[in-house]
Amino acid sequence: MLSKKQAKAFFLGGTVLFSAIFLALSFETVTVSMPEKTNADQITDAVVRGKVIWESNNCMGCHTILGEGAYYAPELTRVYSRKGESYIKTVLMAKEPWAPRGRKMVAYGLTEEQANDAVAFFKWIDAMDLNGFPPEPDPTLSK
Amino acid sequence: MKYKSQKVAYWFFALSMLLIVLQITYGFIMGFAHMGYDGLHEIIPFNVARATHNNLLVVWLLSGFMGAAYYIIPEESQNELVSVKLAYVQLITLALVGVTAVIGFHFNWWEGRKFLEIPRPLDYLVVINVLTFLGIILVTLFKGKKQSTTAMVLTMGLVFAALLYLPGMIWFDSQAMDSFFRWWVVHLWVEGVWELIMGGILAFLLIKLTGVDREVIEKWLYVIVGLTFLSGILGTGHHYYYIGAPEYWLIIGGIFSALEPLAFLAMALFALHMYRKGGKKHPNKIAIFWTLGSAIVSFVGAGLLGLAHTLPAVNMYTHGTLVTAMHGHLAFWGAYGMIVFAMIAYALPQLTGRKLFNNPMGLYAFWLSLIGMVGMTVAFGVAGVAQVYLERKMGLDFMVAQIEIEVHFFVLILCATMFATGVGLFIANFLKYGQPNDEAIGQENDDFGSLETSD
Ligand code: HEM
Ligand code: HEM
Ligand SMILES: [Fe+2]
Repeated sequence: MLSKKQAKAFFLGGTVLFSAIFLALSFETVTVSMPEKTNADQITDAVVRGKVIWESNNCMGCHTILGEGAYYAPELTRVYSRKGESYIKTVLMAKEPWAPRGRKMVAYGLTEEQANDAVAFFKWIDAMDLNGFPPEPDPTLSK
Repeated sequence: MKYKSQKVAYWFFALSMLLIVLQITYGFIMGFAHMGYDGLHEIIPFNVARATHNNLLVVWLLSGFMGAAYYIIPEESQNELVSVKLAYVQLITLALVGVTAVIGFHFNWWEGRKFLEIPRPLDYLVVINVLTFLGIILVTLFKGKKQSTTAMVLTMGLVFAALLYLPGMIWFDSQAMDSFFRWWVVHLWVEGVWELIMGGILAFLLIKLTGVDREVIEKWLYVIVGLTFLSGILGTGHHYYYIGAPEYWLIIGGIFSALEPLAFLAMALFALHMYRKGGKKHPNKIAIFWTLGSAIVSFVGAGLLGLAHTLPAVNMYTHGTLVTAMHGHLAFWGAYGMIVFAMIAYALPQLTGRKLFNNPMGLYAFWLSLIGMVGMTVAFGVAGVAQVYLERKMGLDFMVAQIEIEVHFFVLILCATMFATGVGLFIANFLKYGQPNDEAIGQENDDFGSLETSD
């Protein structure tokens, strides 16, 4: 039967081995593959300012982006191509809660410049290669 | 309790109980909002409730883990805590930082990154707080007479959890990189180092409650935490499928995350087997309920319901839907909520010298909270699967699909009421025990003396 020593060796050995593999793959991802797939070279100052707006208002507290966040409001990964620039700006600059079909969004009342930055952020996200996410609806099921 | 300083644990448990009440309150606010009743929108919009619900969850669990460590480490290392005063300072600052963060959320003061919403200045205070905690634990442990495997695994989990908080504090210009490292915190916590904490607490409770030989329990503890890291580290890949990371994560994340349930299965089998093996039964039955319950429910919530959406082909459709919330609730409750409750149920009679276990209230607390949480999981699950079909498969607009599934949130609220009643009864029992009692010091209320063998 397995001894306590062997069990300990299994734990320590496995931890070291799999951590090493994980770190190596992570290094590849963040230095090579991810910058390519996400067009890191196109992160302009406006995109970064847009990200700050996204974070400082906790938009992820209602929406998802890249499939991460809360499930109260729409997925925004492809919102730039789905809704277009002017729709996004209208929503963000609204002084009254935007509430299509009854569910209210916080009225942020952003300035035109801020709204442009947010659009730049969404436009950059929109162009990412996400291995096929979000999925296309099944044409045989949609009306 | 054997050592006077173990009393500190009581106050961490009390903080835990206070914060879970607040957490649940904000859960209800969100449940009602999903049902279409967002009357609090102007004061507490959904994202405020969300950040509060999630952060209070993390803080009450951490407070519970810290209490558990302050109870377990003196007993395992046969040494009083090196500084009780510092431990109380640490408790109070933890409460202050937590409360400040929650109040800040209500004034748009946060970092909108799921689970890591605490603003940066407070992050530094959290780091100082946790370093103080770890200092007390480590010095107590290594100055003590022995360093048992149980104590070492628990401490290792706590140290790694602190280290892994740091990647979440780095600024990235890229949303994708942000997400990549957010998972080093969130995933490597719940599917990695927190399992060491859970395993350590579980082993301690099983040693106390079943009387099975320590060597046997600790051998299997190594196997369990071995399985955890074997699968869980590369299993992080299941969050890298669709965030702009390369395709090899689909294969690596798919394979290794599918192995993750093994660690939880091992934990459940281990707990049940040790329970059967232990000839004598501990008089504190309710602590046994929570202990075995945690091991089993974590397998269902984390293991099985995690497996349900971890393969890339499934996750493509369920990623970022209410299916995730279904899994998140039962996993967090089973693995971490219930183990904290188990620790409290075991420790209270020891700390206070009052043997109020095995009263009907304790049993109702267990069953109501469990059945309520399972019901909530079903409600989230039904809503989630319907959402996936309507929105992702049929291509309906997000809000059109949401209105279709509103009714499931009515069921959610019913079940949540049941859950909250169970938790309320547990807290009522907690209050009935009263405060720790010096007369309980030096007594071992484990009925069948000390069956420990030394390492
Ligand atoms: C006690 C252990 C666990 C807890 C507390 C837990 C909790 C959670 C939470 C809260 C999330 C949402 C995180 C976020 O979006 O920020 C999540 C996501 C996820 N979990 Fe777990 N989990 C556990 C174990 C597991 C296991 C063992 C598996 C797989 C077998 C798993 C599979 C997943 C997957 C695939 C997602 C991503 C869902 C998505 O794409 O939206 N989890 N988990
Ligand atoms: C009365 C009880 C509760 C209610 C009504 C409730 C309700 C909710 C709701 C509506 C959400 C947000 C879903 C969304 O983003 O749209 C949520 C999120 C969450 N809750 Fe609860 N909750 C309750 C208790 C708990 C408890 C006890 C735990 C942990 C043990 C918990 C853990 C979580 C987690 C981890 C999330 C994030 C899930 C994710 O991102 O996938 N909740 N809850
Ligand atoms: Fe995970």
